[in-house]
Amino acid sequence: MIQYTIRRILLAIPVVFAILVVTFTLARAIPGDPCKAILGEKATAATCERFTREFGLDEPVWKQFVLYLQKIGQGDFGESIRFGRPVLTILLERLPTTIELGMSAMFLAVIVGIPAGILSAVRRNSWIDVTTMIGANIGVSLPVFFLGLLLIYLFAVILKDTPFALPPSGRLSPGVVPIPFYEVYNLTAEAGSNRLLFYDFLAKHYIFNAFITFDWVVFWDASRHLILPAIALSTIPLSILARMTRSSMLEVLGLDYMRTARAKGLPERTVIVRHALRNALLPVVTVAGLQLAAILGGAVLTETIFGLAGVGLSVYEAITSRDFPIIQGFVIVIALIYVTFNLLVDLSYAVLDPRIRLN
Amino acid sequence: MANVVELPAERTLQEESPSLWRITFRRLMRQRSALFGLSILSVLVIIAAFAPMIAPYDPTEVLIGKEDVKKRSAPCIHMLGCPEEQPQHLMGTDGNVRDVFSRIVFGARISLQIGMIVVFIAATSGIVLGSIAGYAGGWIDNLIMRLMDIVLAFPFFLLAIALVFVLGPSLNNAMLAIAVISMPTYARVVRSTVLSIREMDYVEASRALGATDRDILFKRILPNAMPPLIVLATLGIATAILDTAALSFLGLGAQEPMAEWGTMLGRERNQIFSAPHLVLIPGIMISITVLAFNLLGDGLRDALDPRLVHNK
Repeated sequence: MIQYTIRRILLAIPVVFAILVVTFTLARAIPGDPCKAILGEKATAATCERFTREFGLDEPVWKQFVLYLQKIGQGDFGESIRFGRPVLTILLERLPTTIELGMSAMFLAVIVGIPAGILSAVRRNSWIDVTTMIGANIGVSLPVFFLGLLLIYLFAVILKDTPFALPPSGRLSPGVVPIPFYEVYNLTAEAGSNRLLFYDFLAKHYIFNAFITFDWVVFWDASRHLILPAIALSTIPLSILARMTRSSMLEVLGLDYMRTARAKGLPERTVIVRHALRNALLPVVTVAGLQLAAILGGAVLTETIFGLAGVGLSVYEAITSRDFPIIQGFVIVIALIYVTFNLLVDLSYAVLDPRIRLN
Repeated sequence: MANVVELPAERTLQEESPSLWRITFRRLMRQRSALFGLSILSVLVIIAAFAPMIAPYDPTEVLIGKEDVKKRSAPCIHMLGCPEEQPQHLMGTDGNVRDVFSRIVFGARISLQIGMIVVFIAATSGIVLGSIAGYAGGWIDNLIMRLMDIVLAFPFFLLAIALVFVLGPSLNNAMLAIAVISMPTYARVVRSTVLSIREMDYVEASRALGATDRDILFKRILPNAMPPLIVLATLGIATAILDTAALSFLGLGAQEPMAEWGTMLGRERNQIFSAPHLVLIPGIMISITVLAFNLLGDGLRDALDPRLVHNK
């Protein structure tokens, strides 16, 4: 297992390197004067000169790349044109919203999609199967941005003033103020220190923060605000997981050892759960990992529609204000998150299935 | 017996291939969902083909001052009791006082074109790269396939955003970005078919008979890659329409005043509270179109040979 882990990590290094090469190339591919392209049209000659020196734009390309790697290695992703603040700071402020949204969506997709797929396979051709598969087909065809607006229309316009109404935008209702856990528990940290930054990063996960401080008002309010966006974002992964689980289960259910298990007189439940599901879930785990791509990409659309100040909304704002450093920095970090997540999925897969690591 | 022996290899192949398609077609016709998808598509194709005849207005015509109609007015259908003195707009008007129905009709043209063009670019370049990789082997194979892996290492929609951001927002660039990102899948399928077919005895036999590499590629290998490619392409059209519409929604794809469904929805998204028809109609159209291609693609997959495609 250790050998497999090391090999798998080594395999991820060229991927990370490639991601950095691509994002480096993107910056150079913007047509026109690179300084104006990156700092915006309003950049003066003086700032441009400083910029050229800082990024070594007058040096050979390989030196520029080395400089670029050094900066990223130090966590320096440049400054946002629009906000004039370091990209990393903005990213750390915005990431918690996206993490909570993405995790809720992934959670929904897994706890609804997988059981629906199992049920469809076990009761093949029943009305449950037919409805689930029709639902899954519609689910993969609904654009995230349309579904989001549809949910807003349903829960904030039609069901307004009923107990089912849900907030159409934002992360918290006006007047609801989360108290960071480090204040509740009197954890001290110097202003500007890395520890405070880390505490703050954790505390910005409002649902998590409210949970560990037992602040149920904030917990409920923050959760309510995430319901609609999480549903919108989870629909495509959910449908794909349901279809994948169904076909994987059907394949396993047709194998000889299933007949053996039944012939031994095992109860149907044990046969399904212990013998079929355990084997059928292996490919599903990989697919679930790949669905993170759909969630990270869909977050741009979902956060834009629901006005959630996460990484996705930043990307949208950066598009409209042509804020290249934000796009570049965020794409790097999100791609790294994606690669890491799939590395973990691969490793967990190897834990579940010895055949993988021994091959 | 004598007949069979005398038949040249070429003819047997040609006689076999139409029957595969006929079997596929017959199997496809037996699937209700695929038929449903196919009928939606037929309607959409007819709408797209006869758009100028169906649409009562020019899709970009601003009606202000030409008619007594306000901006973002609700649908007015005379048959359903809308007063005769009001001009008829089956789907209302949008924020620039244009006829939404005409824009939707012309939008069918744009969306179908987007799907076809994106898949055409992605599939042809994927096929070329995949064949080269599979055929050449060695470092060329490694180089091409690692490049494809890099594309797949990114969350696809974000890479599309970054690409269009750099190239500049426009429908053409959005389509190009989506095509680049979907290319690796085609390349992989073609490469693996090349690798598995290349070693077959009948390919060896053709080579012994003097067939060139090109003959072998076009007559022996690509026909074998066709079934999975057709399924991928059909499902690919669905994804292409969906993702291009999403880029347009973000303002990175089709630009005003083009009657593209994603742009139409994106421009009016804040009207969900006051004029919901401006959001619902384009949204439903995108969903139906994507659904139709997905149903057809799934049907084709089952009809062609379920074992050939291990996708999704």
